[in-house]
Amino acid sequence: MTTRGEALRHVAVPAPDALPRLLAGVRDDRRPVSLAEHLDREGSPPVGRGGGAHAELIELVCASGLSGRGGGAFPTGQKLRAVAEQGRNPIVLVNGVEGELISSKDHVLLAQVPHLVLDGAAVAAAAIGAREAIVAIGAGLTRGYAAIETAIAEREHRRVDRVSFRLVRAPDRFVAGDETALVNFVDGGPAKPTFTPPRPYERGIRGIATLVQNVETVANLALLARFGPRWFRALGTAKEPGTVLVTLGGAVRRPGVYEIPLGLPLRELVVWAGGPSAPIRAYLIGGYFGTWVAAAEADALALLDSDLRTVGASLGARAIVALAETSCGIVETARVARYLADESAGQCGPCVRGLDAVATALAQLATGKQSQPRLQRWLENVSGRGACRHPDGAAHFIASALHVFADEAAQHAAGSCSGSDGPVLTVARKRRRVE
Amino acid sequence: MSVRLRVNPILCDGHGLCAELFPERIALDDWGYPIIDHSPIGSKEESHARRAVDACPTLALALVPASAPRPSASAEGGE
Repeated sequence: MTTRGEALRHVAVPAPDALPRLLAGVRDDRRPVSLAEHLDREGSPPVGRGGGAHAELIELVCASGLSGRGGGAFPTGQKLRAVAEQGRNPIVLVNGVEGELISSKDHVLLAQVPHLVLDGAAVAAAAIGAREAIVAIGAGLTRGYAAIETAIAEREHRRVDRVSFRLVRAPDRFVAGDETALVNFVDGGPAKPTFTPPRPYERGIRGIATLVQNVETVANLALLARFGPRWFRALGTAKEPGTVLVTLGGAVRRPGVYEIPLGLPLRELVVWAGGPSAPIRAYLIGGYFGTWVAAAEADALALLDSDLRTVGASLGARAIVALAETSCGIVETARVARYLADESAGQCGPCVRGLDAVATALAQLATGKQSQPRLQRWLENVSGRGACRHPDGAAHFIASALHVFADEAAQHAAGSCSGSDGPVLTVARKRRRVE
Repeated sequence: MSVRLRVNPILCDGHGLCAELFPERIALDDWGYPIIDHSPIGSKEESHARRAVDACPTLALALVPASAPRPSASAEGGE
């Protein structure tokens, strides 16, 4: 194993407060960073070819306070430890499905800094003593897939890693990113969630304890193993340290993926993105399982789960959309509600029947037909009643729309709509841009 | 040891027998799927719970230790 000390001989530690961190290596032409370029910038990979589990790496991750960057925000160190405690030869599964249509942050990492992702997967493998790491990438993320494929070949040629990498193309479905669904798929089954327990950290791929980590989480491990927890904690807050990638879309001048220190005011992020391109009515925070927040309320918020919680929101999938005054929140939400209902894995009755009924009721509201008095009860009823969080997330998102856009809903019931813009929230499974 | 009911929503087909046998803890939603009260079941009610479990045609209903984690409430998900 290469020690951190050796790695530090090759490159200077970046200033702790310097931004960006994860995206520091990104090339101007957005082409994937090669292995040579990557090593030149970041120094030797933080782990070499030594065997066995490395408890000191787990300690390091625990000390950093890093939490999962996929949406669950589970403490990464704790998850590493839980897998390591299950016994020998666990498996690392890097989750690069990015089923969230309005997020492209994982694709940016895969397509542009693939070696940072693979370094991080190697760190995770070394920490828990895994010899096998699988990188699962959503089928629509073609540039990311190609970049990782090339990067794995480069590393095998140079014999960089002890862990052996395998690349898997995962179905581009919303629920395929659920960790039990992904494990099920890699195991030869459908990409549908399974009933838990057992969770993958107990029994995952081929029945072996499996560490499932999001792409951005492992990219963080690559830097953390090089520069240490103190460096990591220099940005963000004590309770939520580090940086996160946010995909900002909608009515801003420069939509795209931004690396922000946790705790950045939302207002500030919008300034980074060139400011609003139109007066803002509300923000959707956290993707399609996220929360609508009225603009007046959102402007004062810091992008931090502890702050967002005060308005019932969370960072979730780290996708944020600014909705202009000229767009209708009910129409936007109704379209996404139908999409989410159709994206149900189709396994659990309350999700299949409940979300379908909810989406139909919202469509009626959006088109000014009679309102459905049972809608509120249905939203409460579907939560917590599926094998995964799909119905919960969808219901939370829709309930927040009915709250924030209550006036608009009343207007719809009376037969009018204040929106004049075309669709903002995408439900199309088109090839996603990488920017 | 205290127990509670747990339904596997993937296996459940909404036959609804459970709600008939144990209405004190099991209601049905608008589509006939059980809404389970997850609080611990006292020893007096346990035989009713067990009858509901035994009657489930898809083996979706189970009695588990009251301390067992709620499946979809696990903090491990969502990565």
